[in-house]
Amino acid sequence: MSKLSYAYYPGCSGQGTSMEYEMSTRALCEALDIDLKEIPDWSCCGSTPAHACDHVLSAALSGRNLGLAADMGEDCVLTPCPSCLTNLKNAGQHMSGSEEFKEKVNKLLDEPIGEIPDVKSVLQILFEDLGPKGVKEKVIKPLSGLKVVTYYGCILTRPPKLMEFDSEENPISMDRLMEAAGAKVLPFPLKTECCGASHGVARKDLVMKLSGKLLDMAEQLGADAVVTACPLCQMNLDLRQGQVNSANKTSHKLPVFYYTQLLGWALGLPQAQLGLDKLCVNPMPALRGIGKKEDAA
Amino acid sequence: MKIGVFVCHCGSNIEGTVDTKTVAEASLDFPEVTFATDTMYACSEPGQDGIIEAIEEHKLDGVVVASCTPRMHEPTFRKTLERAGLNPYMFEMANIREHVSWIGKDREANTNKAADLVRIAVEKLRRNQPLTPKEFDINRRVLVIGGGVAGIQAALDCAEAGLEVVMVERESTIGGKMAKLDKTFPTVDCSSCILGPRMVEIAQHPNITLYAYSEVESVSGYVGNFEVQVKKKATYVDWAKCTGCGECVEKCPSRKAPDPFNELLAPGRAINIPFPQAIPKKAYIQAEHCIKLTKDKCGNCAKVCPSDAINFEAKDEIITEEVGGIIAATGYDLFDWTVYEEYGGGRYPDVVTSLQYERMLSASGPTGGHVKRPSDGKEPKKVVFIQCVGSRDKSVGRPYCSGFCCMYTAKQAILTKDHIPDSESYVFYMDIRAPGKLYDEFTRRAMEEYGAQYIRGRVGMVYPDGEGQLVVRGADTLMGTQVEVKADLVVLAVGAEAAKNSPQLAEKLRISYDAYGFFMEGHPKLKPVETNTAGVYLAGACQGAKDIPASVGQGSAAAAKVIGLFSKEKLKSDPQTALVDIKRCIGCGKCAETCPFGAINMTEFRGQPKAEVLETVCQGCGLCAATCPQGAVQLKHFTDNQILAEVEALCRF
Repeated sequence: MSKLSYAYYPGCSGQGTSMEYEMSTRALCEALDIDLKEIPDWSCCGSTPAHACDHVLSAALSGRNLGLAADMGEDCVLTPCPSCLTNLKNAGQHMSGSEEFKEKVNKLLDEPIGEIPDVKSVLQILFEDLGPKGVKEKVIKPLSGLKVVTYYGCILTRPPKLMEFDSEENPISMDRLMEAAGAKVLPFPLKTECCGASHGVARKDLVMKLSGKLLDMAEQLGADAVVTACPLCQMNLDLRQGQVNSANKTSHKLPVFYYTQLLGWALGLPQAQLGLDKLCVNPMPALRGIGKKEDAA
Repeated sequence: MKIGVFVCHCGSNIEGTVDTKTVAEASLDFPEVTFATDTMYACSEPGQDGIIEAIEEHKLDGVVVASCTPRMHEPTFRKTLERAGLNPYMFEMANIREHVSWIGKDREANTNKAADLVRIAVEKLRRNQPLTPKEFDINRRVLVIGGGVAGIQAALDCAEAGLEVVMVERESTIGGKMAKLDKTFPTVDCSSCILGPRMVEIAQHPNITLYAYSEVESVSGYVGNFEVQVKKKATYVDWAKCTGCGECVEKCPSRKAPDPFNELLAPGRAINIPFPQAIPKKAYIQAEHCIKLTKDKCGNCAKVCPSDAINFEAKDEIITEEVGGIIAATGYDLFDWTVYEEYGGGRYPDVVTSLQYERMLSASGPTGGHVKRPSDGKEPKKVVFIQCVGSRDKSVGRPYCSGFCCMYTAKQAILTKDHIPDSESYVFYMDIRAPGKLYDEFTRRAMEEYGAQYIRGRVGMVYPDGEGQLVVRGADTLMGTQVEVKADLVVLAVGAEAAKNSPQLAEKLRISYDAYGFFMEGHPKLKPVETNTAGVYLAGACQGAKDIPASVGQGSAAAAKVIGLFSKEKLKSDPQTALVDIKRCIGCGKCAETCPFGAINMTEFRGQPKAEVLETVCQGCGLCAATCPQGAVQLKHFTDNQILAEVEALCRF
């Protein structure tokens, strides 16, 4: 098999709030021999603020990046962030579907776009192009005994017609990858429930309720950790876990990983490359427990 | 030849966008047309009388009617010609309704096209020959495919009328879906108590031969004379010896076999008798689960059988039956609801189908009629019913309404209260469709007397709360709010889809089926049990989802059609058949090879091999005519010359 290679769009969260997602994604892909070619001079994808005001403007912001990727000669752009994914994909599909729309977008761009590349999440290519088997081959520190719930959030697989990936109601891609890494994946019924992210600032009470429900269910199932693929999900469950606890009078101490961090751990990557120190809830008790529980049992 | 042309207004259907008068006038210029007129309704009594008068007055010897599709009224007008003393095949129809007026709005273009179609018909008619049908005998036996309630009704009605009936049933017992039901709406009478005696009648009726655990393998022949190959699947039990005592079932150690009759609620045995009232009450072995047949060990059943009926060497058997008519009554299957991931996609044991719930309610079911939920055997106190699962949902490719789910859900809500008086039922519905006799009263009873909580809205998600209950989250569109109900048991009102392998059977029977696999009736209003293949009729849900009363009604209707067909002395064959020009035939035999009906015999004429068409067998499909390298085979009424004349009429410039 020739080496997997893609254009890479890191997205703004990766530069700040989800730096550890960005670090661990790059480290993991390198370890799996996947070539991520960062789009030179990439810019905002036009996600939350722009697409709420003006579809053409939003598509133009995404379109600039898609155009740059096409100039690199790549036909597929990867991004770790589901929010970027939605906007990039939406812009691409909208432009492919309507010449008229594409013209409007091109008017706003210095360099008009020609060919529109595919957009996929890093998760999608790990699951579809490399496959759980490909991951399993490289695992040197299996996550045996670690019980996790996978939390996909609301937009990673939705709307299904746009995302064309996994099931919108019961996604399983992260489950299979975590199983390949040796973890035990618990049947989490709230995989795609809302964490309250978009109300994160305005209605904190909602986040307390919604994220609280997710953490309660994870705890009830006996999970050692939550695995996510979205910077906003991760932030709500991890950074706000203390707030959730005090609002709901609970005492959760559930580490909330990016799936890339746990896969990287299983591949034996150094902690520094995985950004584990960026997590708010201390992940070390869970990680130290790996392998031990099984022995005890 | 003197040809008369009649251009029909069809009220405003044609006249609205076609100038029929101009078409009639233009027709007078066509060769051999000596009379042409427009007429309000050509098919009406005055319309037909007008044609007869014109034939007599103008000494016409051929008629063209420009109106609707020949599928609608060709037989009507052929009879008109016959009444006027003409050969009915000296007639042609130009379809200026479906092919012109209904599909275009440009009056001028429509008028021109209509005139062109009349010109084509005239050119064909000029080359028509008078044809006379032959008569042939009818085999007065009928095949009923499917032993559900519709098939049972059809078979008994035919048998009572003195016809010999052959019934073929895929499962090891007749009774179909109705046999699985606990009670029936709107009277809440016991399903097996009303169906059971009818099943027994099938077994005992001297005119009925029943092949259970059998399938139709192939069908050949034509109306009045079908030949049907029936595959009797190996049951590994000699049914002539089996007394249905059930000893073998008791002693079978293979206890993880599926029990399809109980909708897989509980595991069954490899050797099985579906239920106590099964007809025939005979055991059969599910080969893939039998230890003897898979691993050549065990053989317990053979040891305990008091009548020595077990035969592990049994093979499928093919039986040939000759019949004159066929009734398809193959019923429906449940939609595979596991595509609904939001309802758990089959992962949650306490989310069951409506038919599984029937088995839970039934005294002969695996729980003996005590409602116990599958996960822990506890009696549910809160039951949520979700309607329209696989009905009226384009997203899963099932846009149609299954028609009976509103009613059986109301029935199940009522029965739930009867079985568990301190229970609560919630029904999520889209609309309540209860348009039958006593039906709406029945759904109101569920709400008003039995206190079922009806919530108008779809359910978006069902998930276990981790404490033994299921959270059902949906919309209440009347209140405009979200609702969450914690349930002990969720029952999905799963919709109906065409029975498995319906398209394959349709192709064997040479009948049409729709995009969902339901068999097509001859006409949606006027021919509800006929098909477009003569001698093949439909009954019950194989034609579209329907409830018991409607299925029984159709069963009787299909039987009446067969009885009517068989009441004729002889049947007339369609004379539009192939004809071999013996001078041109070189005896290559290609036509005999391509004929799908076996209607061509190879014979000898003065020492030369020649093809010969059996007129009563030929269906007039024309394959042989297209195959013949010599142009020696011509289809009467559709000869090469006629078709070329039609083409030339259209391409004359």
